[in-house]
Amino acid sequence: MELKKSKACVLRVGGTNCDLEVKVALEELGLKTDILHMNQLADGTLSNYQMLVFPGGFSYGDYVRAGAIWGKEIFTKLRKELGKFTDDGKLVIGICNGFQVLVEAGLLPGNSVAGVPTASLANNSSAKYECRWIYLRVESRQTPFARTIKVWDTLWMPIGHGEGRFILPSEEALNELVKENQVIFRYAMPDGRPADGRYPHNPNGAAYDIAGICNKKGNVMGMMPHPERAFFGWQTPSQRGKRKARGDGRCVFEGAVEYIKKY
Amino acid sequence: MKGGLLKRTSDKLELMTLDLSLAGEKDLLEISERMGLALSLDEMKFIKERASRPLTDVEIQTFGQTWSEHCIHKTFKGDILTEKGTVRSLFKSYIAKATKELNKPWCVSVFEDNAGLVEFDKGYLAAAKVETHNHPSAVEPFGGAATGVGGVIRDILGVWGEPVAVTDVLCFGPLSTKQEELPAGVKHPKYIYKGVIAGVGAYGNNMGIPTVSGGIFFDSGYTGNVVVYCGCMGVLPGRLYVRNTKTSDYAVLAGGKTGRDGIHGVTFASADLSEKSEELRSAVQIPNPVVEERLKRATIRIRDGALASGVTDLGGGGLSCATGEMAHRSDLGLEVELKGLHLKEAKMAPWEIWVSESQERMLYSVPEVNLKRVLEIFKEEEIEVCILGKFNKSGRLNVTFRGEIVCDLELKFLYSPPKVKRRASAFRIPLKECKLKEPNDLGEELLSLLSDPNLRSREDVIRTYDHEVRGCTAGKPLQGELGGPNDAAVIKPLKDSWMGLVISCGINPFYEDPYWMAASSIEEAVRNNIAVGGRRVAVLDNFVWGNPEREDRMGALLRACEACYDFSLALDVPFISGKDSLYNESPLGPVRPTLLITGIGIMPDVRKAVTVDLKKNGDLVYLIGFTKEEMGGSAYLRSKGATGGSCPKVDASMSRKITEVLVEAIDSGIIKACHDLSDGGLGLTAAEMAIASGGLGLTLDMRQVLSQVRRGDLLLFSESTSRFLVEVEEEKSEYFERALKGIALSRVGEVTDMPGLKLIDPAGTESVLSASEMRKAWRGY
Repeated sequence: MELKKSKACVLRVGGTNCDLEVKVALEELGLKTDILHMNQLADGTLSNYQMLVFPGGFSYGDYVRAGAIWGKEIFTKLRKELGKFTDDGKLVIGICNGFQVLVEAGLLPGNSVAGVPTASLANNSSAKYECRWIYLRVESRQTPFARTIKVWDTLWMPIGHGEGRFILPSEEALNELVKENQVIFRYAMPDGRPADGRYPHNPNGAAYDIAGICNKKGNVMGMMPHPERAFFGWQTPSQRGKRKARGDGRCVFEGAVEYIKKY
Repeated sequence: MKGGLLKRTSDKLELMTLDLSLAGEKDLLEISERMGLALSLDEMKFIKERASRPLTDVEIQTFGQTWSEHCIHKTFKGDILTEKGTVRSLFKSYIAKATKELNKPWCVSVFEDNAGLVEFDKGYLAAAKVETHNHPSAVEPFGGAATGVGGVIRDILGVWGEPVAVTDVLCFGPLSTKQEELPAGVKHPKYIYKGVIAGVGAYGNNMGIPTVSGGIFFDSGYTGNVVVYCGCMGVLPGRLYVRNTKTSDYAVLAGGKTGRDGIHGVTFASADLSEKSEELRSAVQIPNPVVEERLKRATIRIRDGALASGVTDLGGGGLSCATGEMAHRSDLGLEVELKGLHLKEAKMAPWEIWVSESQERMLYSVPEVNLKRVLEIFKEEEIEVCILGKFNKSGRLNVTFRGEIVCDLELKFLYSPPKVKRRASAFRIPLKECKLKEPNDLGEELLSLLSDPNLRSREDVIRTYDHEVRGCTAGKPLQGELGGPNDAAVIKPLKDSWMGLVISCGINPFYEDPYWMAASSIEEAVRNNIAVGGRRVAVLDNFVWGNPEREDRMGALLRACEACYDFSLALDVPFISGKDSLYNESPLGPVRPTLLITGIGIMPDVRKAVTVDLKKNGDLVYLIGFTKEEMGGSAYLRSKGATGGSCPKVDASMSRKITEVLVEAIDSGIIKACHDLSDGGLGLTAAEMAIASGGLGLTLDMRQVLSQVRRGDLLLFSESTSRFLVEVEEEKSEYFERALKGIALSRVGEVTDMPGLKLIDPAGTESVLSASEMRKAWRGY
């Protein structure tokens, strides 16, 4: 589909707070983006969009558990429409709190808005909120979001969360996820080796250093790090007085735009 | 109390009426005390003389709130009687006077509104405000600190600003304090420390505003009185700044529900803390950042649609202050009906509703034609809203509850409280020589200073604050490959402009002479700003002091204010906003008098922001500025438990000369790294630059330092002001030295590929500190 005719929708509820920077990133790549409050969604609104973003923040204060309330709201209000959206092969990405929401709604690592989570983003093992730049190792290109990068590339982005420890109910579930190439990003050492649980490279104690996963089909992805905060070169920390010409997070959005163009 | 003085006048409402004409002096004081008014006898008498009829409890509470130190700053506006004569208003004679004389065209609104406003770029303004929340944090650290942040964010919303950054400067008692040593009613510093830090983080993180700058200090002078400074900066299109409430506009209250939390917060903050303060836990508000996040969205949407004619936040004094202020500033009156308010508890008395400081509430004045649209926006953002009433020409504040009049006051009377008179004794400190044995090993001294609680890394705290949210943080709080410190934070708030907002702090509470304490704090705020590339700096003052009714505290305050005037002028930095928190007294005595100066600068291109980490092997390292023996109150002396010596002074003309040249040098790109010298002097600054750098280090040859000081430790740790340590490429050194002609400049060393610091002392003895041992001392790992 022609990019000019396509649109992305960044959804928000009370407590969402990373919507604007995602819009800035997508529009920089030429994809028109609307920020919509859940209250502004009418029947069929979603069908106007090629991509849906659940951005970061503290939806509904993250009281109860991070992402739990919005996740349930999606299950009750948006189940059908979102189901159709993903069945059509359109793109959905959840970043940070958005990832937590997708997990709580059952959309990740599962394949439908089941309403029942099959994984969890638990409290960081450091027992505190952490804001830092971390390295990611690209593990799979199963998702369009990783289409413009190579497996084993190393990316540099910031995280900022208190509940990001990705865990699964069983060893089998993890093996299944790995086998299906659904693990997209793993926390890594600066040289690109997996962090292997080492703090602070793996900042939250996530199982298998998992930082981002996709569904089986690949069109739904969730990740704890913030690619939109590592989009422009000037956003990256300076090293030896130099900044990157472009942030590593940019590729995540570029992958989405390439996919939409071909959709 | 005399019979007949107090009457219940309504059978439907919890409303009492007081006939002050029957009250003697004792009764007046008893009323002030029992009703939690914190008004003096003079003030009570003033009300009694001018009230032509019995007053309701709502009315008397309105006076208590409006005339509180917290709301009206009566000490700063009152008469100060000194040995040399009377000073009429500290505020007008010093702080605002300097701003007026500097008369900067880029200062758009100073001291007037909820926050100071300066020009930014492309028609945008930058807004800045810093508040204190000490009393609540002493009683309930988490809630106190969180609502401090929430309150100052609302101040920015209260000038239609989009908040872009939060700052926090915190002062605690030493964490090693023994529990047995604390008197009843004083909470342990560790408990307060943990709560306050969690509170600051929780609010900023939840609202999605990056916490980018601040500081943490420990001293026994804060054990009884914790100090919590919260700041917020924002931006707004200048054309949308509206403050023009008109008659017939609606008064619309929006946000959280009104409850019994935060009753008498301001009067509580205008009195000393004591064992009984615990009973006043209800004076501390309950934070709910997510409501404020929604309120922020709605406020910005209303602003962008130009739908309202005015806005203000509900802070101290709740409705009683916000409504009166909004009507009074536009020379209007206001009719309010309290019935429609959303309450947390059904059975609140009218006066409780009126003075409640429940959080996350804002007041808007809305012209009738826009009312429907405004209500729709609140609905979409899931914000509860109540139309309080309408503005009119009466000049009166008229409040009804279910139709019954509970308050009817003339605003002119309410806003002309009697002037207070304070006495100030002349401030004298005995000159004392500093006697300190010269240590054998400078390297060891430096390592021990690096791990000093007041100097060590704040990484463990900074990382619990989201400093990257909004994706606008161009100058980070932790710099270099290995997380060194920064001098100032740089925010890039506008998508289509490279202009940066540069945020810095200056604070030197340990310098004993309040005059030089204030002077060096102002200079430090400027210095930090310049060090990263900031310029055109505006400053904010925040005083935290003891009871102003005591002559000695007042004497010290006066002296600090004198310096504010002198150095605001001399350094060419106008004050644009400020706030004072007095009555910081506890069973342990007064707080250590503390002045925080926040600097707000701009820089044309955030990509040129300079960081502290070293850049290239072989570059030269220069010390800019002259080093004197100024050890009084220095970190080095304090770490030795020593006192005396003279504290650092400021040579304003030299400071200006240096900053002007440095800005030019930064713009021309020859400064590769820059770090200002402050606590811990040259030694700490050099060590921090080495700590921040991966794979590089520096040599520091103290024999090259321009100074009359000969003793190694004094040279290394003196805290003389107006100094910077900079890295310059060798090829540019000639140009650089020429540019700095006439300024004390010492070529003290060079960047090497050996991580760490090589010190050469005045006798020529070398000592080497590795980066890893310094890092371990500084940040604990």
